[in-house]
Amino acid sequence: MKDFGFSPMKNKVLNFDELNHDFHQWIAIQDSSFNLCIACGTCASTCSAGSYTHFSFRELCKDIRWGNAEKAMKESEKCMLCGKCSIACPRNINTRNIIKMVRKAAKTSPL
Amino acid sequence: MRKTVAIIGGGITGMEAAIQINKLGHTVHVFEKDEKLGGHVAQWDHVFPNQRKAREIINELTCQISEEINIHLSSFVEKISQIDDSFVIKSDNNELKADAIVLASGFELFSASKKEEYGYGIFENVITSVDLERMFVEKGHPFMRNGEIPQRIAFIHCVGSRDEKVKRTYCSKVCCITAVKQAIEVKESIPEASVYNLYMDLRMFGPGYEDMYQKAQQKGITFIRGRLSEASEVENNRILIKTEDTLSSRPIKMTVDLIVLMIGISPSLANNQILSDLKLEPNKDGFAEIADDHLSPTHSKVKGVFIAGACTGPCSITDAINASRSASVEVHHYLNQV
Ligand SMILES: Cc1cc2nc3c(=O)[nH]c(=O)nc-3n(C[C@H](O)[C@H](O)[C@H](O)COP(=O)(O)OP(=O)(O)OC[C@H]3O[C@@H](n4cnc5c(N)ncnc54)[C@H](O)[C@@H]3O)c2cc1C
Ligand code: SF4
Ligand code: SF4
Ligand code: SF4
Repeated sequence: MKDFGFSPMKNKVLNFDELNHDFHQWIAIQDSSFNLCIACGTCASTCSAGSYTHFSFRELCKDIRWGNAEKAMKESEKCMLCGKCSIACPRNINTRNIIKMVRKAAKTSPL
Repeated sequence: MRKTVAIIGGGITGMEAAIQINKLGHTVHVFEKDEKLGGHVAQWDHVFPNQRKAREIINELTCQISEEINIHLSSFVEKISQIDDSFVIKSDNNELKADAIVLASGFELFSASKKEEYGYGIFENVITSVDLERMFVEKGHPFMRNGEIPQRIAFIHCVGSRDEKVKRTYCSKVCCITAVKQAIEVKESIPEASVYNLYMDLRMFGPGYEDMYQKAQQKGITFIRGRLSEASEVENNRILIKTEDTLSSRPIKMTVDLIVLMIGISPSLANNQILSDLKLEPNKDGFAEIADDHLSPTHSKVKGVFIAGACTGPCSITDAINASRSASVEVHHYLNQV
């Protein structure tokens, strides 16, 4: 039969009762500066990769926080590790190291 | 000849004004409606920005109140009349003629039950920031109505502030930093607890406030930019809350053991009578109006009437003490003239 009309929509609601905090906690232990992000977007606006792809370190932080480990790992591949974001971040967050940790997690599955 | 100054309200503003004006050589009378001095600060446990005991501040001020200062406790000022350059202050157990007045009558807390959708007074595990201070004083940690220790706690910013629906469009100024302070204290008293702060903007304007915010982040407190739409009760009297994470444009729902409403600073109704007796208009938010936003922050528009502290709008302890000292100097200059 032809695919017609309706399909079940993905629920947009973020249910905090089912959120998995393990990845966030692991990252926060690897780099204690992680929790200090204030979502100001300076990193994303200066990002070399972000000018050409849909990549934002601010969003990456959010994905980690909200338990979206898989997406974070996939996104982290887009970074060129140029370090501009580290220089710009007003909270002195060790952005490059965090990206490296996400990549490490993708390779070694520490959880 | 010694002049007489009446101070309406014995909170920290009134106490400081009494100390200063007495030192400047005038006779001082403080009218306080409660049985003790200290006002709201006497109810707090530890205060921002340094988590010092509130008691310490009240005690230090109390030590400086000399015997020369006349304190009238349980003395609610009902009426003030003006006769030429002097004022007659009538309280429920006193009457006094004074040459100048310092209005230091403070604020009222926003009544949380006015925001019905948040369930205060309906659901047992919805409390206010003031209830939480009381819990800290009593037990050193928050607790649920059934006595259990909460494991998930959410702080709701801006309850009764920045809200056209309750006719309070202004920011109450001290509740963001109080929420950060209380979140830290919750985490310190229950380290395994998950703590969330739901905010619209974080207003960390004072010295040391941003540091407290960083400290809260370091302790793992989660800040979510979004305002609570509604709270409902679910099994075991837990609270289901809904907000949006406006940074990722996604609605959020979560169940928590306790929600803490950061209630705002409202103008005191008792003040309205005093203001109208003195032919003073309240400002647009309902507080006592200062004569000039920049240059006369403690003058009212009536000669001989000075205003300081939270009766002029939301303020911290530091603001209140500064205003009080400024008013005292103004009172002194005024009395030397008349
Ligand atoms: C939840 C909460 C937590 C806070 N925590 C902090 C903190 O940690 N650090 C900080 O710096 N600030 C804090 N604040 C702010 C602080 O409470 C105020 O700055 C302070 O209370 C202002 O003092 P005040 O004397 O002007 O007013 P008040 O404390 O309101 O005192 C006014 C006094 O006047 C009396 N009075 C009123 N009308 C009359 C009348 N007609 N006759 C006789 N007496 C009268 C009242 O009984 C009262 O004693 C907090 C505020 C809130 C709401
Ligand atoms: S610049 Fe720093 S604080 Fe700002 S969003 Fe990026 S990581 Fe967060
Ligand atoms: S290090 Fe990566 S995230 Fe940071 S600016 Fe460079 S490309 Fe962007
Ligand atoms: S201080 Fe913060 S919580 Fe209080 S009204 Fe202002 S923005 Fe809202």
